[in-house]
Amino acid sequence: MMIATREAFSQAIVELGRKNEKIVVFNADLAHATKTYEFQKNFPDRHFNVGIAEMNMTGMAAGMAACGYIPFVSTFAAFGTGRNYDMIRNAVCYPNLNVKFALTHAGLTVGEDGATHQMLEDIALMNALPNMKIIAPADAVEAKQAIYAAAEINSPVYIRLGRAKTPVIYNDSYEFKFGKADVLVDGEDVTLAACGIMVAKALQAREVLKEKGINAAVLNFSTIKPIDKKAVLDFAKKTQAFVTIEEHSLKGGLGSIIASVTAENYPCAVKMVGASDTFGESGKPEELLEKYGLGINDIVSKALEAVNMKK
Amino acid sequence: MDLEKTARNIRINIIKQIYAAGSGHPGGALSAADILTLLYFEVMNIPSFTDENRDRFVMSKGHASALLYATLAQRGAIDLSLLPTFRKLGSPLQGHPDMNKVTGVDMTAGSLGLGVSAAAGMALAAKLGSHNYRVYTLLGDGELQEGSVWETFMAASHYKLDNFTVIIDNNNLQIDGEVDKVMSVYPLREKLVAFGFDAVEADGHDFSSLRKAFAVASNLNGKPCAIIAKTIKGKGVSFMENNADWHGKAPDKEQAALAVKELGGEL
Ligand SMILES: Cc1ncc(C[n+]2csc(CCOP(=O)(O)OP(=O)(O)O)c2C)c(N)n1
Ligand SMILES: [Mg+2]
Repeated sequence: MMIATREAFSQAIVELGRKNEKIVVFNADLAHATKTYEFQKNFPDRHFNVGIAEMNMTGMAAGMAACGYIPFVSTFAAFGTGRNYDMIRNAVCYPNLNVKFALTHAGLTVGEDGATHQMLEDIALMNALPNMKIIAPADAVEAKQAIYAAAEINSPVYIRLGRAKTPVIYNDSYEFKFGKADVLVDGEDVTLAACGIMVAKALQAREVLKEKGINAAVLNFSTIKPIDKKAVLDFAKKTQAFVTIEEHSLKGGLGSIIASVTAENYPCAVKMVGASDTFGESGKPEELLEKYGLGINDIVSKALEAVNMKK
Repeated sequence: MDLEKTARNIRINIIKQIYAAGSGHPGGALSAADILTLLYFEVMNIPSFTDENRDRFVMSKGHASALLYATLAQRGAIDLSLLPTFRKLGSPLQGHPDMNKVTGVDMTAGSLGLGVSAAAGMALAAKLGSHNYRVYTLLGDGELQEGSVWETFMAASHYKLDNFTVIIDNNNLQIDGEVDKVMSVYPLREKLVAFGFDAVEADGHDFSSLRKAFAVASNLNGKPCAIIAKTIKGKGVSFMENNADWHGKAPDKEQAALAVKELGGEL
């Protein structure tokens, strides 16, 4: 089954709105693309379309949070972490206000719109901010629960969502735990540490590695900040080798975060799959993942390199 | 020069590109086709697209890329055979214009509100270097909601950029509906005058009306000029006209054929 994580957000935010009247939604002329129009239909009084004005949207959300509301800000990840960065930093994170950023269209899989819309630096930007938390759900099931979990956390949270329909890897019995990596498959030769839509690819890469006689563990690091240090170190000790996999720049993303945990505590082989200091371009989502080194083969070859580094 | 025919060809090539790509933004491309036709075939002075003294154009509403490419193709800057590669992997014709991939694209754009600032910077550079080229930029009316656009307007009049012309594609539609219902930007003329602009209204589909407005813009009176061009989003294709649904959606084969036929061409 293929569902976009933005779709899950759309459903979750309506349910949240039903349960809690303090939930409000801000949107900047993208109610259809981010799918907040479902919330708008159900709760017209609590949905604010501020027009194409991401900076003002963020500042107003901070003010609503200061008055006890729980605003979910929604636009594309490019404009919702970049255009308004100073507002996020100084109006939301510094005063530690309870604003959620549910941003869609992260990464290359935006596709044809090209580089301006394909955000690859958002995790780096948000990870650097004190008080901010980051969740990059692996699929629609997890995305829904991540939205509920974010509403329970009394501080800023960034939930990274995608545009494209992507595989559903969890069934309904799955329980998302904020701050905990999910061990999808255990293994001892190498750890595939992924987030977002790349978790499904890691699972596929694991099968290819198995044929080559390598038994890889697959971990879903959906909570990126704070990173699950215990999981990183447990698997560092167990497998001695990591491949980090993300639809994001190699500069400052999941790979950098995991590598800094291992470097400080338990140095081991770390290889990284991600976009290499580059902007994206127009193309179809799958074509772009291949071109920018985010294909299953790229994961497999990095895993082989990581295993070799151990020796 | 038959401007009507040129504008029609440009509209046909907008539809063809977006149909071939399977994605894109027809509404806002069609709404400004007459404006770009007049600019590129009458108003702007472009001896060559690499001439340092050429007039510049910045497509601040970068999603209207198909319009810019169709116009540049009509002017000979882009090979017509490239148009079907629009938005495809490896094509210079990116979803939003990239100045490093196409000679003739004066500024990269796509994040709304940025192009107009860069255009003002180009006008400032002309003043600093005592060049007499002019700079034109096209904004969407929804795009005016970005606060930084008004920072640009403030600066343009502060620096007396009378070589700077802002054209507003006033189709009164953005993605989520009518501009005045989503987040009103009106009254426009009064606001622009208050910001120090010569502000004129024009019929964005009537060359003689636009011509008069560009004549006002050419005054070197120490003031930047804004042309509020009243337009119809989706202009020229009956089922796209005045319909926000066609902001960012490609026609299927049947729709594309019908659209091109209405414009007097063949798919
Ligand atoms: C900073 C930024 N925010 C949001 C978007 C997404 N977006 C693309 S086009 C558009 C609506 C533009 O409306 P308008 O300016 O009126 O353009 P037109 O009607 O001429 O197509 C939006 C919100 C964007 N490209 N950039
Ligand atoms: Mg408009």
